[in-house]
Amino acid sequence: MYSHDVVIVGSGLAGLRAAMELVDHLDVAVVTKVYPSRSHSGAAQGGVAAALGNVDDDTVEAHIYDTVKGSDFLGDQDAIEILCNDAPRTIYEMEHLGCPFSRTADNKLNQRAFGGHSYLRACFSADRTGHALLHTLVEQTYKHGGKLRVYSEWHMNRLIVEDGVCRGIVALDIKTGQLEVLRARAVLFASGGYGQAFKITSNAAANTGDGIVAAYRAGVPLQDMEFVQFHPTGLYEHGILLTEGARGEGGYLINAEGDRFMSRYAPSKMELGPRDIVSRSEQTEINEGRGAGPHKDYVLLDLRHLGRAKIMERLPQVYNLAKDFIGVDCVEEPVPIQPTAHYSMGGIPADNDCQVYLDENGTHVTGFFAAGECSCISVHGANRLGTNSLLEALVFGRRAGKKMLDVVPGLKQAGVDEEGELLAAQQEIEALYAGDGSEDLHAIREELKETMTYQVGVYRCGEDMRQAQSAIAGLRERFRKIQVKDRGGNFNLNLIDALELSNMLEYAELIVDGGLAREESRGAHFRTDFPTRDDVHWLKHTLAFRTDDGGHELRYKPVTITRFEPEERKY
Amino acid sequence: MAAHKLIFRIQRFDPAADREPRDQDFEVELPPGITILKALNKIRAEQDPTLALRYSCGSAICGSCAVKVNGHARLACKTQVSDCADNGVLRVGPIGNLEVLRDLVVDIDPFLESLGRVKPYLVAEDGAAPDHERHQSPEQFLKIDPSTTCILCAACYSDCNVLEVDHSFVGPASLAKAHRFIFDSRDTATFQRLGTISEQTGVWDCTHCGECSTRCPTETKPLERIEEIRTRAMADGFHDNAGARHALGFRETVGKRGLLDENYLPARSMGFGNLPGLLSLVPVGLRMLRRRKNPPLIPPSIDKADEIRKTFARFEELRK
Repeated sequence: MYSHDVVIVGSGLAGLRAAMELVDHLDVAVVTKVYPSRSHSGAAQGGVAAALGNVDDDTVEAHIYDTVKGSDFLGDQDAIEILCNDAPRTIYEMEHLGCPFSRTADNKLNQRAFGGHSYLRACFSADRTGHALLHTLVEQTYKHGGKLRVYSEWHMNRLIVEDGVCRGIVALDIKTGQLEVLRARAVLFASGGYGQAFKITSNAAANTGDGIVAAYRAGVPLQDMEFVQFHPTGLYEHGILLTEGARGEGGYLINAEGDRFMSRYAPSKMELGPRDIVSRSEQTEINEGRGAGPHKDYVLLDLRHLGRAKIMERLPQVYNLAKDFIGVDCVEEPVPIQPTAHYSMGGIPADNDCQVYLDENGTHVTGFFAAGECSCISVHGANRLGTNSLLEALVFGRRAGKKMLDVVPGLKQAGVDEEGELLAAQQEIEALYAGDGSEDLHAIREELKETMTYQVGVYRCGEDMRQAQSAIAGLRERFRKIQVKDRGGNFNLNLIDALELSNMLEYAELIVDGGLAREESRGAHFRTDFPTRDDVHWLKHTLAFRTDDGGHELRYKPVTITRFEPEERKY
Repeated sequence: MAAHKLIFRIQRFDPAADREPRDQDFEVELPPGITILKALNKIRAEQDPTLALRYSCGSAICGSCAVKVNGHARLACKTQVSDCADNGVLRVGPIGNLEVLRDLVVDIDPFLESLGRVKPYLVAEDGAAPDHERHQSPEQFLKIDPSTTCILCAACYSDCNVLEVDHSFVGPASLAKAHRFIFDSRDTATFQRLGTISEQTGVWDCTHCGECSTRCPTETKPLERIEEIRTRAMADGFHDNAGARHALGFRETVGKRGLLDENYLPARSMGFGNLPGLLSLVPVGLRMLRRRKNPPLIPPSIDKADEIRKTFARFEELRK
């Protein structure tokens, strides 16, 4: 058994930023399924939001309002105020730590346009902003030398919560196949999102919701799981992200007829409408037969008028991705794109200091924290604005760190039944070897992904979601019959695949059921059978509680509104 | 284009079962436009779930999936199968210069530890809780733009010819990391960085083979960064080290005689006053003698040495 004051699960921006806050004062460990520099924060491209007003007269006030409106009024406004107020300080801090940022002609941090933001607010490092920020924090881990213990390539299997007190985790060392208990006075989950349940997704293979499911199985409810963001510019068939910054720099979206169709959906913002609206507009164009290509199943991102110089300076990664993955030179040709599952608005409910809630009445799990994409605080509500996620990870990662610094010295190390916990994790693993092998885990995973993309995607309806519900129930049943074939100890990917699929099947059901119950359209959740927002009945957060039989119960809690009453959302 | 059949010859190694790595052939039928990573995952799904590899983002930014394809390090996720399939066979193996843990997975810790040798973080005097941004010009940003694109995939480390024979070399990715701070207008440790990196195992130990830049899947291109560091170190007067002396000695002999004096250069590099250093050359010299690899004591005269001298002089003029 390993023992630390604090165990952080996840090594992206939120996890590393929290670790930085703690490392000089407490014994901190970071547990990551990959290596810190490979965390998915690094895949963010276009920018990180802060109302610096470097290139226009932006204000924090405007950032707050844009974020509330972007969330379709489901975001908790007290949390959004914290996020936006702390944004300039956060950017200055990252700049001081050495993050390379693109600059203006007068040597200031440059800022570009982004969807749903009413000013030029996105600070950026070409189109590799997440990469630049992540590597800046990875560099800090070297600065702190041996003080920060990093468990790279460990898969987290279980969160240990007993009597409302968090006691640590059980994790699998992928290099050896050994299960271990990591005991801690406090645990922070900064373990990322759950976009892998979709076929067309921009998410890394690692984003299988391991954190949220471990919390859920330990008795923590999950909030607003039905809200999954579809990014408008996924590379056709691959789902790979092409930054919204491409439109921020002036790129067009066109259909097969060459028509800039956004003029019919968001006439004032055009291509820079919020992501939910732009993705739906694309899907409508495709559904109504105006898609491009032999199957009319994609639309086009047109960058040609920007010219080679601007593309190479501001959007080099977009250029390379289109070139390397589908052989399109975006200087010469428009790029085939389609909506791609991108961001998980839902997750582990937590307060503004990242302390996790156990129920809808504000009861906390002692010593358990969540930050970044795995959390639902909720700053993004029903739809996140681009550039607010890197910001959220940094702002709330730091806040989690500060809060832990505050409370952990007062927390005792609660007792852990090491043998019992290891046995439980071992039994979960053995069950994956015990099936009769009549079902194939890859086939189940592909069917799940197709179900989610085609029936629980950009447009949803009761009938589709009911079908998805029974499909997933069938897949869960079939999952019992899979058999892990690899008996090896080290780098047993076959076993990890199965553990991940088990997580995906568990949370996919919550996305569907939350969506079925929510009979309205709000932000990224759009139902053709309930096409309008219904504030009377649905201005509230969903909470899914796991029941003893492996099912779940949906309960709700109110949205925090401080200054902005819900109003019609037009762009 | 229809699907076509292909042999993937994959290097397998399971430390629990194998003494030596072995090759295993998988016949696969692949649709056009498929990447190496997708093909490997197809093999895992359809033929052999025990194949071990690393991958995550699938979009060439996380740096997890570097493998050797036909003997050279590539990112599996962004490499098209169709670009590598000669004669219907495609070879995949683990990247080099690192210990194989299983199949295509190597121990990357020595690589990550090597970065630690170049103080891989910004050193600056102003505080950590700032209330303002520091200024930097777009030109200053552009200087560090290439070296900050590094994704730590270790493709350069894998194919580095120096590391193959000398594990003490700090390596191309670490030098690119060092570059990123040496040329960052906000960093205040440039002088110390240049001093450290000019010493043995540092920037002068690179032999300019260029493999690192050829294999680099980003704009980092370590060799170019190494050259920029060397130029900067020389310009800032870091001449009192073997690498700089070697470069200066090279210039002296070619400038003076129009050819390389291979007897002069080692002694010049070591430093004529450096007795222990000079003595350390003796065994090397004896080994060369024994294998008849020693240069002639009196350098032979060559055609057109005069022209080389003149060309060299012209360059010197231009440089000034």
